[in-house]
Amino acid sequence: MESEQQKFHDKGRRDFVKQTSMLAGGLLAMPILSKANYFSGSSDVIKVALIGCGGRGTGAATQALSTKENVQLVAMADAFPDRLKESYDNIKEALGDKASRVNVPEKNKFTGFDAYKQAIALADVVILTTPPGFRPIHFEEAIRQNKHVFMEKPVATDPAGIKRVLDAAALAKSKKLNVVVGLQRRYQNSYRELYKRAQDGMIGDILSMQVWWNQGALWVKPRKPEYTEMEYQMRNWYYFNWLCGDHIVEQHIHNIDVGNWFKNATPVTAGGMGGRAVRTGKEFGEIFDHHFVEYRYADGIVMNSQCRHWKDAPSKVDEEIVGTKGRIYCDKAQIVDHKGKVLYQFDKTKENNPYQTEHDELFAAIAKGQYKFADAQRGAEATLSAIIGRLATYSGQIINWDTALNSGLNLQPQRYAFDAPPPIVPDASGNYAYAKPGTTKYFS
Amino acid sequence: MTRYYVTFLLGGLLGQVMTTQAQQTFTPYEQQLPGTTVSFKMVPIKGGTFTLGSPDNEKGRNKDEGPAKKVTVGDFWMGATEVTFDEYDVYADAEKDKTPTPDGMTRPSPPYIDLTLGMGKGGGYPANSMSQYGALMYCKWLYAKTGVFYRLPTAAEWEYACRAGSSTPYPYGADESQLKKYAWYQANSEDKYHKVGQLQPNAWGLYDMLGNVAEWTLDQYDENGVAAVAATDPWTAPTSKMPRVIKGGNYKDAAPALRSAARLKSDPIWNRRDPQIPKSSWWNADAPFIGFRIVRPAKQPTPEEAQKFFEEVVDKYKGAR
Repeated sequence: MESEQQKFHDKGRRDFVKQTSMLAGGLLAMPILSKANYFSGSSDVIKVALIGCGGRGTGAATQALSTKENVQLVAMADAFPDRLKESYDNIKEALGDKASRVNVPEKNKFTGFDAYKQAIALADVVILTTPPGFRPIHFEEAIRQNKHVFMEKPVATDPAGIKRVLDAAALAKSKKLNVVVGLQRRYQNSYRELYKRAQDGMIGDILSMQVWWNQGALWVKPRKPEYTEMEYQMRNWYYFNWLCGDHIVEQHIHNIDVGNWFKNATPVTAGGMGGRAVRTGKEFGEIFDHHFVEYRYADGIVMNSQCRHWKDAPSKVDEEIVGTKGRIYCDKAQIVDHKGKVLYQFDKTKENNPYQTEHDELFAAIAKGQYKFADAQRGAEATLSAIIGRLATYSGQIINWDTALNSGLNLQPQRYAFDAPPPIVPDASGNYAYAKPGTTKYFS
Repeated sequence: MTRYYVTFLLGGLLGQVMTTQAQQTFTPYEQQLPGTTVSFKMVPIKGGTFTLGSPDNEKGRNKDEGPAKKVTVGDFWMGATEVTFDEYDVYADAEKDKTPTPDGMTRPSPPYIDLTLGMGKGGGYPANSMSQYGALMYCKWLYAKTGVFYRLPTAAEWEYACRAGSSTPYPYGADESQLKKYAWYQANSEDKYHKVGQLQPNAWGLYDMLGNVAEWTLDQYDENGVAAVAATDPWTAPTSKMPRVIKGGNYKDAAPALRSAARLKSDPIWNRRDPQIPKSSWWNADAPFIGFRIVRPAKQPTPEEAQKFFEEVVDKYKGAR
């Protein structure tokens, strides 16, 4: 893959040289033409569509529009008009003197479940930041329409979705479309430096890994009488698996991905336990409040993963990688030997804002006509790693990677519409059924 | 807000004179949070005249600490400790508040991640990571709950109370090696904040004024230092959402940042990792080292004055950090 990319770079440079000299023969060279056809416009404007106008989507769009390139937001899509309007206003406000980069006329604001298709059509780059359950169909459509993509993690909530993302990822590669996935630790200076040193052997061979996302409570939106069940779940997407995947998938994926990254592998099995210990109300839908998963890689190395939403217990969001010669404390950005001697300390004043860096690097590549980012496959692998963790804690069984991937397990509704029944509905007293380890089955 | 109006507010809220009407005697007391078993201690600080800022030759001095100036502040009570999460959460966590929320009061939104970062929450740890707005909204809630007007200290009140009669770099003198007795900082904190009130207090009975979490004040930050402040009840009233003045240094800081005169200016980088737009008005995602303590002016404002204060100083600058 390295060499394939290299070939592409070389080709890009050759084209650039050829085109520039050709132009120089006539007019003075206009460097923008060297990247013609890499994005659709005839000028140097890179057109962006935002699909999913929540807080994170609004943040991502603002970051895209804050890059050095000539980026314009031209279309927006969300299931809800109120969310879209808020987002539009907030992006303009957050951009300050760059607010003129928001160029979304009313006719380019699309709402409803199918809004994404029209918005994608108007852009060169699409930002996919809806609840993750929609990611596979949105990503598929973006690649079908030949668009570069920034998409937030996780990239699906079920194995059937993972299959679709993997297929679309292969297609994106063949079309040389840049795809960045918002696993932002991969774009963070301290992590990149730690990874480099791990690759150079500073901690020796990896023996085990521990990863954590332990935090307090999250938001809940109260039910309103006018909501259909579908609207209620869409507004409280965090608590429903078809939309969110549970917090092990939605948040803890970051730390699990770090494990996969440093190990240069994906786990083959997951086994573990979890449940609803403290967050038991019906407003918390069907997700658990804690998971503890033992991931095993092909060589027998174990990654212990814990995540929880327990309000008043101490929090910890971190990764620790233990090797034969030393260990890495990721949050401290430190490598120590087994006697505690510090072998490397990243200078935290050199830390970047990785959320911004993701966009800086993506848009710089697109502006230069480079194919540099193919994150979709590893995004799918990180997501599936988290999903098998959930399947393990829900069922109480050891879940095998291949079995899960090929299971066809699909949590999505038959039909996406506000009057359609979601895949899970509450009982007469408003409670949602949730998994019972030992009883809940996923694969027959 | 006009200059005139600022002056008017100052007159009402930073008053020097004790009045007799229904005021509590000027002694230490404990304030209970209604409907809970949580309470906090308030210490009377008799007003007076002192030198605000540091002399040119003070070791580790920054330009914004001078030129030093003689100023007078009125009587107030000050929290004996930094506000703890046990207290703050009665406001921030609806489940812990057993009495109804006062009309129109919103509670802080849950932070993007749990900002205690594993350093501790219940049982006496300082509330941390809130924006200045989040700290002031707590005061507003506290007023609605208790009927007593509490607010952040002005930078001058803070420094006066911290110095406790001293004019040395630290309240007890100049010797950095003694700091461990009074403050959690780089040399003894193990890179985390600690439960409040475990070390020695200053001469006026105030704990953790230095180190642990740095503390919000009521002042807009002015890079010209303290030169322009008024001689009586100085306060640089807000003109924009930031920067604001922080005092006291924190658990990560080296000794010079903990000097009584040291001023820190709030920085947008303290909320860099909040990836959402709009960014939270309530929390700073990258500032676990900030907290606050509260004061109660001896001369309580009238309800109208208090309402004006919350409108002009707090609501107008929603999200100040």
